[in-house]
Amino acid sequence: MTVMLSFLAVILAIIAWWMAGQRLASKPWLESSSAQTATDRERPFVPAINLGLYVFLGVVAALFSLFISAYFMRMASSDWWGIPVPRLLWWNTAVLAASSLALQWATKEAQRGRMESLRATLAAGFLLATLFLAGQIQAWRELNAAGYVLADNPANSFFYILTGLHGLHIFGGLVVLGRTTGRAFATNVPPERLRSSLHLCAVYFHFMLAVWLILLAVFAGWANSFADLCLQLLN
Amino acid sequence: MVDSPAGSAGIVPPAEVAEMELYHPKSWWTRYVFSQDAKIIAVQYAVTATSIGLVALVLSWLMRLQLAFPGYFAFIDADHYYQFITMHGMIMVVYLLTALFLGGFGNYLIPLMVGARDMVFPYANMLSYWIYLLAVLILAAGFFAPGGPTGAGWTLYPPQAVLSGTPGGQNWGIVLMLSSLIVFIIGFTMGGLNYVVTVLQGRARGMTLMRMPLTVWGIFTATVMALLAFPALFVASVMMLFDRLLGTSFFMPAIVEMGTQLQHDGGSPILFQHLFWFFGHPEVYIVALPAFGIVSDLISTHARKNIFGYRMMVWAILIIAALSFVVWAHHMYVSGMNPAFGFFFATTTLIIAVPTAIKVYNWVLTLWRGNIHLTLPMLFALAFIVTFVNGGLTGLFLGNVVVDVPLSDTMFVVAHFHMVMGVAPILVVFGAIHHWYPKVTGRMLNETLGHIHFWITFLGAYAIFFPMHYLGLLGVPRRYYEMGETSFVPPSAHSLNIFITVMALIVGAAQIVFLLNLVWSLFKGKAAGGNPWRATTLEWQTPETPPAHGNWGKDLPVVYRWAYDYSVPGAAEDFIPQTQPATDGITREVKR
Repeated sequence: MTVMLSFLAVILAIIAWWMAGQRLASKPWLESSSAQTATDRERPFVPAINLGLYVFLGVVAALFSLFISAYFMRMASSDWWGIPVPRLLWWNTAVLAASSLALQWATKEAQRGRMESLRATLAAGFLLATLFLAGQIQAWRELNAAGYVLADNPANSFFYILTGLHGLHIFGGLVVLGRTTGRAFATNVPPERLRSSLHLCAVYFHFMLAVWLILLAVFAGWANSFADLCLQLLN
Repeated sequence: MVDSPAGSAGIVPPAEVAEMELYHPKSWWTRYVFSQDAKIIAVQYAVTATSIGLVALVLSWLMRLQLAFPGYFAFIDADHYYQFITMHGMIMVVYLLTALFLGGFGNYLIPLMVGARDMVFPYANMLSYWIYLLAVLILAAGFFAPGGPTGAGWTLYPPQAVLSGTPGGQNWGIVLMLSSLIVFIIGFTMGGLNYVVTVLQGRARGMTLMRMPLTVWGIFTATVMALLAFPALFVASVMMLFDRLLGTSFFMPAIVEMGTQLQHDGGSPILFQHLFWFFGHPEVYIVALPAFGIVSDLISTHARKNIFGYRMMVWAILIIAALSFVVWAHHMYVSGMNPAFGFFFATTTLIIAVPTAIKVYNWVLTLWRGNIHLTLPMLFALAFIVTFVNGGLTGLFLGNVVVDVPLSDTMFVVAHFHMVMGVAPILVVFGAIHHWYPKVTGRMLNETLGHIHFWITFLGAYAIFFPMHYLGLLGVPRRYYEMGETSFVPPSAHSLNIFITVMALIVGAAQIVFLLNLVWSLFKGKAAGGNPWRATTLEWQTPETPPAHGNWGKDLPVVYRWAYDYSVPGAAEDFIPQTQPATDGITREVKR
């Protein structure tokens, strides 16, 4: 559970940092006769929808942390044979990174108000993310053909369940991204209208890229040697 | 403190908060069924949770009948008994209490108490309820599936949960249970995002975090905890579903069943226990924190006195929430884990008693020299404090490894968690319903029926669960379908079991009085008016009762003070609503 506890520590630090700015030490019972306190709530620092996405990403991060915790705990038993990382996964990683980059570019274009290049980058982002998903399915097929089937070994089971879950999240992101892309192409909406949804999509796909990189590090065994290194440093 | 642009007049300029774009229902269906109004969704949650909760209540009756009269009822065989246990536990903990506190009270109270028009994502909120309903239906489908529901115990420990010896293990039961949990968690996440973001971003002007009523603090913190803890149950459920359906070995060790070697190999049942209790222990506080918050408000309102140590109450909630994530393994002392871990978890478990005790002291000190009105909400709140202290103290016993090991498999544990997690929160639910029913319906609940219900429930619950501690100390094991021949249990234990069962039947039946009261008062109850309890918080200051769609009429409320200005010296009345600006007559700083 070390991974989950580390994740919780990070979340706790974020909450504590935020709470520190919330005047938790104030004495509300003394404040009622001053009118100022009623106005000290500033305008929301992020729109509700952005905050909603961040909280959601926190939940998703908890989910993956728990799976990775389980992965390391299960790994300790003797029947674990590592699974080879197919070469295709590296291509997929590059494609997902490119998709993330394209979406970032699209948000920049939305800020500059350039509709044409916005559409092009947005479409590119969407297609690249779809390509990533297709690539992942192809990687599954290759592994299956090579005899690494789901129930054969816990490493295989974890590989399929984690890539599957990540793929499902990418798919969910694609549904939203598809709607945004559709809106960008369908009508003459001004780029400002798209800015918010574009930003949210970009954040989501950056996050999914980060999750994917961590998963890849776990599968390739780097995370393991990294953990060993940390333990050695501690001892 | 920020300088006020409003000058010294004590008047804040009208709200500049951006008005929400509300969805306005166009038909009966979108108004009352597929509603996006948090108040309707709250009632939907509450009705669904109560309905499935009644099923669980009947299951507890059946279990008690078997324990008191073993073998007398032919239809209760061992398999059924385990199915009743499992479904009773899971329904009560997850589908009733969690859904009722967060989905029911959370939905109704958060927007009203923080001064918002609605939840920030009404559509997701609506989906949340319908997905919850789906989860309940999948769960209930277990009763009709071939082989019946799962009988693995509410903790669903592998490997037995997916073996053929357990009811539902190789049938539909366990699959439906796990699927239902997965669906529930997805639905809850949608609702949870709403509760958190509404508290953070939807508050009215002037409603600083430290002016929020403790009810909101409790529900808010519990929701944050649930968002972090439920994924653990999700992970465990998905992995066990894979083990059961696809033959993986996450949790399943090499095992021989009925002479055949199963294909599983090397899995770790302890891993499941870690994941389950990583959810399971925070879950206790996911239920308790909203109860703590609500009780604080009930006591303050009905004792006409400000809550003692508001800041401490808030901090205690936050500390309990943080600590509850590092105590999970105290449910696993007998799992064969490293004794050093046991020591660590026993320590954290005892530390968590400190903020909890602070809360209890503060409730009692709020009552001290208060103007106590023994209304029904107050009675239920007082009953809660007593019950919670009782259940909490036995928790301190069980938190110690040396005490827990011999008691772990006895009725003592059943008595402990029913006191602290069953009876105590349910008493708060009743108190809260008595308190807020007038706002929801515009009518008061009937007091006579309320008193009958309260006294039978309160005293009856003690008659049920106090003797159970004693049974546990005698060594009567829990989870057993029947005792058989045991030399160490005296015959008196059996007569005690009969007594407990009779009391359980009576207390269960008394809940019909409560339901009757809810329905009768809906039509015949005394008209309540907008603020029958003369309370300060925002939900009592709505222009209409019950609050209309959008809650606040044309202008959003502006908040000038904290939620507990009761019996302020020099004030005209014994309460000052949060919306009332300061006037020259009352200078409260002088007094302190």
